[in-house]
Amino acid sequence: MSKISGSQALLEGLWNEGVRVVFGLPGGAIMPVYDALLDSEIRHILARHEQSAAHMADGYARASGRPGVCIATSGPGATNLVTGIATAFADSSPIIAITGQVATPTIGKDSFQECDIVGIVTPVTKYAFQPMQPQEIPLVVKKAFKIASTGRPGPVLIDLPRDIQINVADMNVPKKVDIRGYNPHITPHPVQIKKAADLLLNSDKPIIWSGGGVIISNAATLLREVAEFLMAPVVTSLIGKGGFPENHPLSLGPIGMHGRPEANKTICEADCILAVGVRFSDRSTGRFDEFGKDARIIHIDIDPAELGKNKKVELPIVSDVGIALKSLIASMKRKIVKKDKTLWQKRVQEIKSQIREGDFGSGNGIYQSQIVKKIRELLPSNGILTTEVGKNQMWGELYYQVIEPRTWITSTGLGTMGFGFPAAIGAKVAKPDVPVVDLAGDGSFRMTENSLSTCMAEDIPVIVVILNNSTLGMVEQWQRLFYDRRYSGVKLGNIPDFVKLVEAYGAQGLHAQSIKEFEKAFKEAIISDVTTVIDCPVSPEEDVFPFVPPGRGLNEVLFDSEGQK
Amino acid sequence: MMENTFILSTVVENKPGVLFRVANMFRRRGFNIDSISVGPIEENGLSKMTITIYGDRDVAEQTVKQMSKLIDVVKVQVFDYEDTVQRELALIKIQFSSNKSLSELTNYCSIFRNRVIDVSPGSMIVEVTGTPEKIDAFIDIVSGYGIKEMARTGITALQRGTKK
Repeated sequence: MSKISGSQALLEGLWNEGVRVVFGLPGGAIMPVYDALLDSEIRHILARHEQSAAHMADGYARASGRPGVCIATSGPGATNLVTGIATAFADSSPIIAITGQVATPTIGKDSFQECDIVGIVTPVTKYAFQPMQPQEIPLVVKKAFKIASTGRPGPVLIDLPRDIQINVADMNVPKKVDIRGYNPHITPHPVQIKKAADLLLNSDKPIIWSGGGVIISNAATLLREVAEFLMAPVVTSLIGKGGFPENHPLSLGPIGMHGRPEANKTICEADCILAVGVRFSDRSTGRFDEFGKDARIIHIDIDPAELGKNKKVELPIVSDVGIALKSLIASMKRKIVKKDKTLWQKRVQEIKSQIREGDFGSGNGIYQSQIVKKIRELLPSNGILTTEVGKNQMWGELYYQVIEPRTWITSTGLGTMGFGFPAAIGAKVAKPDVPVVDLAGDGSFRMTENSLSTCMAEDIPVIVVILNNSTLGMVEQWQRLFYDRRYSGVKLGNIPDFVKLVEAYGAQGLHAQSIKEFEKAFKEAIISDVTTVIDCPVSPEEDVFPFVPPGRGLNEVLFDSEGQK
Repeated sequence: MMENTFILSTVVENKPGVLFRVANMFRRRGFNIDSISVGPIEENGLSKMTITIYGDRDVAEQTVKQMSKLIDVVKVQVFDYEDTVQRELALIKIQFSSNKSLSELTNYCSIFRNRVIDVSPGSMIVEVTGTPEKIDAFIDIVSGYGIKEMARTGITALQRGTKK
């Protein structure tokens, strides 16, 4: 056994966990790790702000299914990570955040750049470690990856005091770890599965509601098998887009505040809901008491605390989604009686045929939906779309059909503006051979736009489409609808000139004033090997409809600002 | 739904930061801790945290699930108050103005099987062990004399019978 430093032990631990790339920004208290990085084969991608480093790690994780790693120094470096960590936590994304800390003798003395990051992130991480001896590091790294990537995934932070990064010790690398307070339950109870099969087969109007858990569990194929066996329509949550191909005849798209109207209408009429890997977010369900009130609900999730948290359900099943769906299929195939669902299928077709997209929205509300549809048309099915947060995200939700899992990356739980661009960079690092596009608004893009430096310096070409309405559009839409058009703090002005801005970074900037121009620009961007930003001026008055106002049931859809239902 | 007192009997890792994580979870979810007591148990490196909460069964259930999610929490059991034996300890400093009061107080102490552990001119300290109700009842009776100071430990509890 040879003596190595804490920093070397950390990097060896990361390497053994399969880490080949980390995203970060150095500072005083993490310098020993950065020094050791020079001798490691792990690639380091330099962010220009720690928040972006965390989002990059998150985008990497969501695109690849493997934990993403970000590194920052103590104090402000660590606190800058917090938004990114909270974003990953809200969307169950496995990231490992490594922070420097002041040396152990100076902890608790209010030292320079000292900050209790473990205390700060405790509510937004699965766990946070602070080893106090270098020899603890191998075990801590192993535990961190186990906790982050198993069960319901989520962020884990490792806070490393500066002296233990430097000090050497005999490192005992464990083969496997056992954490006595952590044993995720991953197999379903067979009786519950049998009951679920009975409920589904004997229902008249079943529907499947597929969430992020289906994607995390890599269970899209199994979900499709269940849907096709039952011939049941499938709706998704916002984060669940891609768990079921949206060009499939059984797909109705996402439910929720800005869900597809056919999805919202159909789930209101169903008599049995199979909710898979979802957490009953208020943005998906609308009013909890109105949601599924005529339906018998089966809820499968790996996190027991999600069952019954927001909504009491008839049949809760704690399990990994994939394993549960597999046994559900087997159980359903053993049953002989299967209620006829043709009437229901007819009804679903009828609902679908009643939706005329031309009726949505006010004014010339078609332009932004056309841009989004054009992106889909030009992007291969394995191309990745990330979004920012705001109207851009909702246009994407409504009009961008996701075909494959892990090709739709968006901040849903926390709703973090500035997420999409760095997440796109992380996704591109994970999947260098597929085109990655960030669907952005001008407000969101400006929050992390300095990541353009990372794109250019590290040669990571992504495409950014800015739906530029010169406002904080979603807030403005709400002010228009609910605050009597009293616009407060939302006007951004036509600032900056985005083409000039991105050109200053050495990236390619293009203007698109019409759908024709957009098509030309986007085709150019896809074949370009340099990051391209397409600035699309759009009207701020183009509001996102349909819309279920907050606090209402999913059957109370507004189709325009006049309140037409 | 009916509100009740529930007792969470939990086994947790005995290391720095665990109480913070538990308290933080309660704060974040908006649950209230009525009382809490912590002490090491027979198994190495573990502590027992006994927490009483007041709420309906849904709150109790959600609390158990959120507690179980904490990595440092090894085991969580929830008991209805009635299914457990509980003990709490209180130290109460009571003032008295006359020998008559002193003898009355000593009398009450012997009725409640309390121990007088210190007497100074004008005040005495009484040790009360028992169920929280017994302690409340004793406090009721002596409060007329004037309680100068009091410290209560919070409940510690075990489930009745052979179940573990």
